[in-house]
Amino acid sequence: MKSFLEYIGTEFIIFLDFLGGLSILGLKTVSSIVRYPWHRVRLFQQANRVGVDSLPLISLLALFQGIILALNTAYQLKRLGSEMYIAGILSVSMVRELGPVITALILAGRVGAAITAEIATMQVTEQVDALRTLANDPVRYLVVPRFLSFSVMLPLLVLFANAIGIFGGYLICVYRLNIASRLYTKIAFDSLLFKDLYVGLVKSVVFGMIIALVSCFEGFRVTGGAEGVGKATTRCVVSSFILIIAADCIFTALFYFLMP
Amino acid sequence: MIEIREVSKSFNSHQVLNGLNLKIRDGETTVIIGRSGCGKSVLLKHIMRILMPDSGTIFIKGEEITKLKEKEMNRLRLKMGMVFQGGALFDSLSVGENVGFGLIENTDLDKGTIAKKVKESLELVGLGGIEDKEPAELSGGMRKRVALARAICLGPEIILYDEPTTGVDPITADSINDLIKNTRDKLGVTSIVVTHDMKSAYKVGDRIAMMFGGKIIKEGLVKEIQESSDPYVHQFINGLSIGPITETSL
Repeated sequence: MKSFLEYIGTEFIIFLDFLGGLSILGLKTVSSIVRYPWHRVRLFQQANRVGVDSLPLISLLALFQGIILALNTAYQLKRLGSEMYIAGILSVSMVRELGPVITALILAGRVGAAITAEIATMQVTEQVDALRTLANDPVRYLVVPRFLSFSVMLPLLVLFANAIGIFGGYLICVYRLNIASRLYTKIAFDSLLFKDLYVGLVKSVVFGMIIALVSCFEGFRVTGGAEGVGKATTRCVVSSFILIIAADCIFTALFYFLMP
Repeated sequence: MIEIREVSKSFNSHQVLNGLNLKIRDGETTVIIGRSGCGKSVLLKHIMRILMPDSGTIFIKGEEITKLKEKEMNRLRLKMGMVFQGGALFDSLSVGENVGFGLIENTDLDKGTIAKKVKESLELVGLGGIEDKEPAELSGGMRKRVALARAICLGPEIILYDEPTTGVDPITADSINDLIKNTRDKLGVTSIVVTHDMKSAYKVGDRIAMMFGGKIIKEGLVKEIQESSDPYVHQFINGLSIGPITETSL
């Protein structure tokens, strides 16, 4: 029993240490964004990497997500003879929930892990120290462009994923369930309120910040060599997933109770 | 003048620096010798303020760097250069961009002037015309030379070398030693070289300081160190497996 409590206590302290470190990095990043000019070239490089390069994967998975959601919803609504409402359920689900969460999880795995591996390698090969010796702040040089890119590109990707997901549902509803094309489109868009879009976009900005900070933080705190880089990459993906889902839970509850 | 006073540093429970004192004279090359893992590189990182001491003070050109704000420290860093053990070249940049990095990021010089300074720095280390190569295309010795070119491109007054001859063949090691001497002679810089390669230490150093137990246990001119009767120094410089250093470690 004692060892179990010790284990829980140790893990909790490690978690608090992680959250503390992440918060400090977040504050330093925001401070750097406000105080110093942005490195435009690096910003565009990162925006391209986060946004443009992720577009094909996001499109493919959003399409599948729309199809799966339409089929599962149809399975239930068919019993009630209400298949025409699939469009509304699908569009609201995509815009409020699935679009932001799925896109964030994909980016955490695809781009976040790569950022951690890159910064961790820079750390173990002393490139981060070299930045400091050349009078450059690693937060300004490495974190700020990634943080801004994720914060801007993730919401844009989410908008794109939402549209593709709704199109995926359209393919099923129109071509398999024989719902009229105009009816699907009308219900899909009439069901959406501005606040649904707003909720999804606010969430995606927060998810973007989480991925950028976690991936950079795990890269900076790497220890050891190649093995350390591998462990840091795993930690980045796991921590990002947990924080994204936890933030989603908090934001969903907040929006539900504050903006019913 | 660089002056280190009573500097201590621990990592978790492991004491690496233990009240270390050292003075580095202007225009001289001071070599810091000691066993691997004794804290030589940690000391260099304190001088660059990549690491902060737990206690003690470090003065560079009369300024106590432990109390400087980051902006003021960066101003001082621009007068210093550091050559890391593995070069620490930025993988994502070309050789030319690596060498000119300090100028690109910290000055308003136009591209032409920076390109000229990069060319001069690379020629000084004997690697003219490789500006467009990627760091991955370079050998270990070339990486160290490029790292030196990057350090001297900003026109520093102090250069720190971390194990400059480790991991390269004896001929390349000797050419790096020549380069360190030439850099001091041509640019008049103050140099601190961390190494456990005694051949290199004798060749490049004006003075040698020996580190053991987190302190400088002996410091003096090269000749004084060579003739020292201190049993620790004697064991280390002669590379003996039996002696007070290994007995203390055990």
